[in-house]
Amino acid sequence: MTYSDLSRPIDELIKSHGLPEREVYLDHENSGLIFPEVLEIMDNTYRLSGKGHPSITHLMGWISYQALYEATTNIASAINCSPEEIVYTHSGTEANNLAIMGSSGLSSNRKKVLVSRIEHLSVIFPAEKLEKYGFKVIKIPVDEEGFVNLDFLSEHVDKETLIVSVAAINHEIGTIQDIKAIRDIVRDKDEGVLIHTDACDALGRIPLDMKKLDVDLASFSSHKVYGPKGVGALYVKEGVKLEPIIHGQLSTQKLWPGVENVPGIVGFSKAVEIMHRNFRENVLKMTDLRERLISSILNNIEHTLLNGPFGDKRAPDNVNISFLYCEGEALTVELSMKGIYVSSGSACTSRVLEPSHVLLAIGRKHEEAHGSLLMKVSPFHTTSDIEYVLEILPDTVRRIRSLSPIKPLRKVI
Amino acid sequence: MSSRVPLTYGKKVLELFRNPKNLGRIEDANAEAIAGSLACGDMIAIYLKIDESTEKIVDAKFESYGCAANIAAASILTEMVKGKTLQDSWKISWKDVSNELGGLPSVKYHCGVLAVGSLRRAIRAYYTNRAKPDWLSDELTQEEKHALEEEKLMEVLAKKAKRAML
Repeated sequence: MTYSDLSRPIDELIKSHGLPEREVYLDHENSGLIFPEVLEIMDNTYRLSGKGHPSITHLMGWISYQALYEATTNIASAINCSPEEIVYTHSGTEANNLAIMGSSGLSSNRKKVLVSRIEHLSVIFPAEKLEKYGFKVIKIPVDEEGFVNLDFLSEHVDKETLIVSVAAINHEIGTIQDIKAIRDIVRDKDEGVLIHTDACDALGRIPLDMKKLDVDLASFSSHKVYGPKGVGALYVKEGVKLEPIIHGQLSTQKLWPGVENVPGIVGFSKAVEIMHRNFRENVLKMTDLRERLISSILNNIEHTLLNGPFGDKRAPDNVNISFLYCEGEALTVELSMKGIYVSSGSACTSRVLEPSHVLLAIGRKHEEAHGSLLMKVSPFHTTSDIEYVLEILPDTVRRIRSLSPIKPLRKVI
Repeated sequence: MSSRVPLTYGKKVLELFRNPKNLGRIEDANAEAIAGSLACGDMIAIYLKIDESTEKIVDAKFESYGCAANIAAASILTEMVKGKTLQDSWKISWKDVSNELGGLPSVKYHCGVLAVGSLRRAIRAYYTNRAKPDWLSDELTQEEKHALEEEKLMEVLAKKAKRAML
């Protein structure tokens, strides 16, 4: 962490921003809110069962191991797999890294890695890292809604392919991929190719049954199901052998040494349980809130584009809209001052010259990507929260557009 | 590896973002210029009303497409040049703009650069059909070059992205 990048005390900025009277947090892509029940059970675990190290032979160790085991059984039952098939990491990013990097030493004959163009950077960057070790990385193109090109996949997957990685739901534009179709294409070509899916955004949004899905590897992230930050997991199908990518004192996790975050895992498990228990209700609620946001914005604000698919093929929580003639970071800061927290795919937000690689991959122009806002509704939101957003948004967009030298209806350079 | 921390704008940046000074166009401007592009996500237009006899800037306005820092940089620069001669305005550097804003975060220095780049383009434009003064260099200054590079780079990136789609 580089605290030196903070050019001045941040308290001055926070004070100048002021605390908005009303707040609606829609930035679940970057950091999820947490269920109160999860906080409560974590607090108890920190105080009681999660005190010890779960691999140590004494009472505290046994109790801690028991807590870990119960939490794992619970998660395993929610996604229909065996507890043995779950490896904990400390984030979805780590789980994705383990899947890609951990499979790289498995075979000397398989030197091809296929990932979609719209994967999370925690898939793309490890894959690109493998290029340095002689692997060939092929990025599977997607259509304008973000669906992977299955013909391209079929043409490029072969007996030299090590792994194919496609997220079940895209984290930015909410595209729900047909993972079963992808799996069948890959297996049909060669049974030995590993299939990984980043399921961080899929858990709690679409039914996930590891037996039915029948992939080799799947990544999960706790904060994306409104559990604590700092917990992730990789499903590793029985029989699939990965190599650890970090090394240290052996723990209960063969693939991830270091003491397990037992209270965090217990919290993650609780969050999965809540999402699973209220699955239908949550999905219906989120879908309703999503539709309110999307239809109202597209109908009432001119020069807007939905990024990603409409309807059933879209994640129930995902809203990603480009506001043309607006720069996304300016929108984000303006909305922040109104208590609405969102993120943007603009270059300013990513701190590089290029805007979101996902938006470019679906064919959005740079200026369309710069004006994008990503909002994720959650089971915490109410209709009134969404109405507040819809009340604030048109004026916000109007003001940011009023600043620009390039305005709608004028000739665009 | 670089890191990512939240951008700590000074309160001046937030103030000018909220209530920008000198926003808009000058219909009878006698110099104007634009720098950056929509594709960069970064664009500043500067409009100047110059008193031809004294060569002083009597009014300056801006329009900006970009982040909060971009808007604040353009706004503060128009404040800084009002009442100044063109020669003095030419001397304003991106660092002066950053200082006036209480110090821009390092990843936002280019906003100050783009603002100064567009001002200098406007000053250059003013002298297109007039006798060029000695202080006006033939060679482009760093800020002008930067604006040009950013515009060119985005052209290249946009073409690359288009190719990748095919």
